[in-house]
Amino acid sequence: MNDKTTSVNAVEVRNVYKNYNEVEALQDLSLDFPKGELTSLLGPSGCGKTTLLKIIAGLIPTTSGEVKINGKKVTGPGPDRAFVFQDFALLPWETVIKNVSFGLELRGVAKSEREAIAEKYIVDVGLAGFEHKFPHQLSGGMRQRVGLARALSVDAEVLLMDEPFSAVDEQTRRKFQEDLLNLVKNENKTFLFVTHSIEEAVYLSDQIALLLPRPSRVSEIIRPSGFRHKDVDSIRRDSEYLDIVDRIWDSLRTYVE
Amino acid sequence: MKLFGYQLPAMSSLLIWGLLWEIVGQVELTFFLPALSEIFVTLSEIITTKPFIKALSETGQAFFLGTFFAVTVGIPVGILMGKNQLIDELLLPWVNVFLSAPLTALVPVLMILFGFGLKSIVITTTLFAIWIIILNSRAGVKQINPSLVEMAQSFGAKPMDAFLKIYFWAALPEILSGVRIGFIRAVKGVIIGQLLISIVGFGALFELYSSQFLMSHFWAVLLVLFAMAFTISEFLASLERRVSYYASKR
Repeated sequence: MNDKTTSVNAVEVRNVYKNYNEVEALQDLSLDFPKGELTSLLGPSGCGKTTLLKIIAGLIPTTSGEVKINGKKVTGPGPDRAFVFQDFALLPWETVIKNVSFGLELRGVAKSEREAIAEKYIVDVGLAGFEHKFPHQLSGGMRQRVGLARALSVDAEVLLMDEPFSAVDEQTRRKFQEDLLNLVKNENKTFLFVTHSIEEAVYLSDQIALLLPRPSRVSEIIRPSGFRHKDVDSIRRDSEYLDIVDRIWDSLRTYVE
Repeated sequence: MKLFGYQLPAMSSLLIWGLLWEIVGQVELTFFLPALSEIFVTLSEIITTKPFIKALSETGQAFFLGTFFAVTVGIPVGILMGKNQLIDELLLPWVNVFLSAPLTALVPVLMILFGFGLKSIVITTTLFAIWIIILNSRAGVKQINPSLVEMAQSFGAKPMDAFLKIYFWAALPEILSGVRIGFIRAVKGVIIGQLLISIVGFGALFELYSSQFLMSHFWAVLLVLFAMAFTISEFLASLERRVSYYASKR
């Protein structure tokens, strides 16, 4: 049976504790992330969702407990995961193409090869023609497309996205969300998505993990099923979509000051 | 600069001061200040002489070596201090002490330790330049966006990768301004070293001309020194401008 779960789950988090000195950021947290799906970590600020994502990325060590990627224990960052940052984390002194190929450069891929791969993903995210622009010449939304292309170009199985759309404007965000749904459908990757927007989580996710603070724990796992196959335009009018949004707000409202 | 609505050409303030200098020199107010034209005549006479070229190469060599060590040691040490709390706490007091220390007073000690030759002069030059380079590199690293470092880690950057591809570039605007100030201090350092340690190079020329009251010679050498320092400083400032496009957007 254990074999079966490891083949279905791309990421498994088991009994993870994380303490910062006296403060308990995560307490006995266990969670599975099914392969090929998008799972949102949703919760009020201070519930430890970004901490959990960075633990899975291998950027922060756990106090105890373990994280497995395809059954392999995480001891640090690895080529099986790629991270998309809330503030984009682009190198301001490099052009778009250099930024997108940066992950490949660190992995020792030759220049001509990595720039060919980068070029493909620059076109994919809709930035063709901007290869030799610098980040400060781009809008916020375009910068995050660079961050996304960089994460895609290393071809990791698991994409870790830390509130990737929170720093872009509302209309760009909607476009991003539609693009992300297509990406989940077409790329055979597992997406972990941190957000504080209820609508965004319900709109995008195959699975929503509701995290609550004090102490941080998974309070509920919701799997929207009825509208996932629907057209991107009609999801927001679906009654199940609206019900789930209401239900999550009921659980969260007591935590919002 | 604008005056009465007219755009004045670049460096017009230099022209005004040069003219004033010429007038003061021509009326022979003080032997200390000969006329500017006389200084330029002297300059054109001595600039091709053997002693001058020898002095120039001696000073140039000591300056080059001194600033080379200041840059190659100062930048990595500064970056390490910015990155690592332990190293920072160990070294910062010393850096601050030496930054404000009267280094000239240390020169006799250096002479005892390292002899009367080039070595002591180079070390003096390095000591004049290095502290501000360290402090500026450290400040540059301190303001790095932490998510850039996390980004590099998440893509598997080894410490050396992070050092060369993140820290150095992110801190480059501050590093360059530290190097620029350091080089100007090094000009002072190399002359003081050549005056106090062994009377060679431009230091020897200054010593000779001032003791013989050859003021136009003295000013001629000073003008050459100023021109060199100004050129180096302008060159580094132009490098700074080349990275300024991202200095405010990191």
